[in-house]
Amino acid sequence: MVEFKLSDIKDTTPLELVMRFGFGGVCTAAAGLIAKRYGPAIGGLFLAFPAIFPASVTLIQAHEKKKKARIGSDGTHRGRISASIDSAGAALGCCGLFAFALTCWKGLPSHNAVVVITVSIAVWVVTSVALWEIRKRRIFGR
Amino acid sequence: MSELVIRFLVGGLIVSLFAMLSDALRPKSFAGLFGAAPSIALATLGLTVLKNGRAYAAAESRSMMLGALAFLTYAATVSWALRRYRVSALGASMVLLPLWFLVSFCLWRLVGAA
Repeated sequence: MVEFKLSDIKDTTPLELVMRFGFGGVCTAAAGLIAKRYGPAIGGLFLAFPAIFPASVTLIQAHEKKKKARIGSDGTHRGRISASIDSAGAALGCCGLFAFALTCWKGLPSHNAVVVITVSIAVWVVTSVALWEIRKRRIFGR
Repeated sequence: MSELVIRFLVGGLIVSLFAMLSDALRPKSFAGLFGAAPSIALATLGLTVLKNGRAYAAAESRSMMLGALAFLTYAATVSWALRRYRVSALGASMVLLPLWFLVSFCLWRLVGAA
C-alpha cells in the first residue's frame, strides 16, 4: 500500500533542501548551456541527467541510519538496503522517463506544447506506476 | 543571463518538489520512481519551446530517450552495487556516475547521431 507521510519531510534539514535546490538549478541551467553550445542532440541527453538521484539515495541511507541509531542499533546495513531499494525504484522510473521523452518527441512537432507536455507527464506516471505494480505483484514471476 | 537565472530557479524548484514528494512516500521502492522524475525536462522543455520552437524541443526529447536508457543502466547498477558490496550510497552513486555519461554518449554515437 502506498502511503504519504508528511512527517517524513520534517527529517530533511534546511541545508539538505538548499543543496537539492542548488543542485537541481545548476543541472537545469547547465542543460540549457550545453544545448546552446552543442545543439539539441547533445543537450537533450542532459534532460535525463540523474540530477537528484545521488543526493536522494545518500539522504535515504543517512535517514535510515539515524532512525536505527535512535533505538540504539547500527543502521548501516539497513540504510544501504533502503538506498538499494530506492535505486531499483528509480530504475523503473527511468522506463517512465523514456516514455515521457518518446511522447514529447512524437507529439511536439504537430501538437500544442502545453497539451503534449501534460500528456507526457500522465504517460510518465502511468508507465512508472504500472511497472512498479507489475514488479510488486511479480506478475511475470521472479 | 536572465534566461539562465530563470532556468536555475525553475529547475531548483521542480527538482526540490519532486525530492520532497519522494521523501514523503512509502514504500521506498515506490518513492524511488520519483528519483527518475522528468524534473530537468519539465523545467527546460517549456522554455525551449518558447525560445527555439517545438521542432527544437522535439529534437531534445529524442536525445532524452537515450539519456533515460543511460539513467536506467546507472540506477540499476547502483542498486546492484549497494546490495553486493559494502559501499556507501554516496560512494556508489558518485563513482558510478561516469557510467551515465559513457552509456548516453555511446548510445548517442550509435543511434542519436544518425
